[in-house]
Amino acid sequence: MNAHDEEQMKEVLRQALPPVEGGDGPGRDLWPAMLRRMDAESGAAQSRGWAWFDGALLAGMVGFGVFFPAAIPVLLFYL
Amino acid sequence: MQNGASDVLNQFRQGSPEAVEAAFETLFSQHQRAVYGWILRIVRNPAAAEDLTVEAFWRIHRAHARFQPSQGFEGWARRIATRAALDWLRARHVESELTTEMLAEVAAPSKDDPAVTAEIRLKTALAFGRLPPKLRIAATLAVIEGQPQKEVAAALGISVAAVKVRIFRALRLLRKDLEKEGITP
Repeated sequence: MNAHDEEQMKEVLRQALPPVEGGDGPGRDLWPAMLRRMDAESGAAQSRGWAWFDGALLAGMVGFGVFFPAAIPVLLFYL
Repeated sequence: MQNGASDVLNQFRQGSPEAVEAAFETLFSQHQRAVYGWILRIVRNPAAAEDLTVEAFWRIHRAHARFQPSQGFEGWARRIATRAALDWLRARHVESELTTEMLAEVAAPSKDDPAVTAEIRLKTALAFGRLPPKLRIAATLAVIEGQPQKEVAAALGISVAAVKVRIFRALRLLRKDLEKEGITP
């Protein structure tokens, strides 16, 4: 493709897809959506933290039960 | 005024959590219009551009500790916004990228060159949508939107030479695709 073809393709492309006018800004205030996104992400991060902690606690208890099975009735008694 | 702007950037970079939030709100209100406009140029879909503006600012918020105030906020935000738009383009199917409004616009008679028929414009738009997103984004910004190649390079995080190569490859692939459809521009 030579320079002439390139210019021709550019022109065809510009005619097929004219430039977008983006100067008017968004049609609505995006700050409320931004706040919702931040709340959702911080909630998800917290729940991810708890899920990890819960998993570790459960694994610890299972491990304890495997290595010290005699302690299970004692644990159940105190729970 | 300059000091005020600089303070906001420094607070955003390394202030207390409350100061970061306050600075972020200020930066959001100052730059949301520009970021939205930039994303709209890439994705050509107002609803998606709004969602991606929020996504871009979320990424900006998460990355505040890596922000370098000396390099300015606008260019940094534009790079992040470009990446968010690129991710969106990669996740989308080609056919769904052309909205009804865009197809109507494409099919309307051209004022510039009557020889370029509605069919050619439609097929060109569809073929353009089939290009790899990283080529399409360079061609969209530089050729369709007429943005300076230096700015496109900065937004994409590549050199000006690489932008030129991507534009050339995009146009060559577009031409080949159109030739397959029996159209010789």
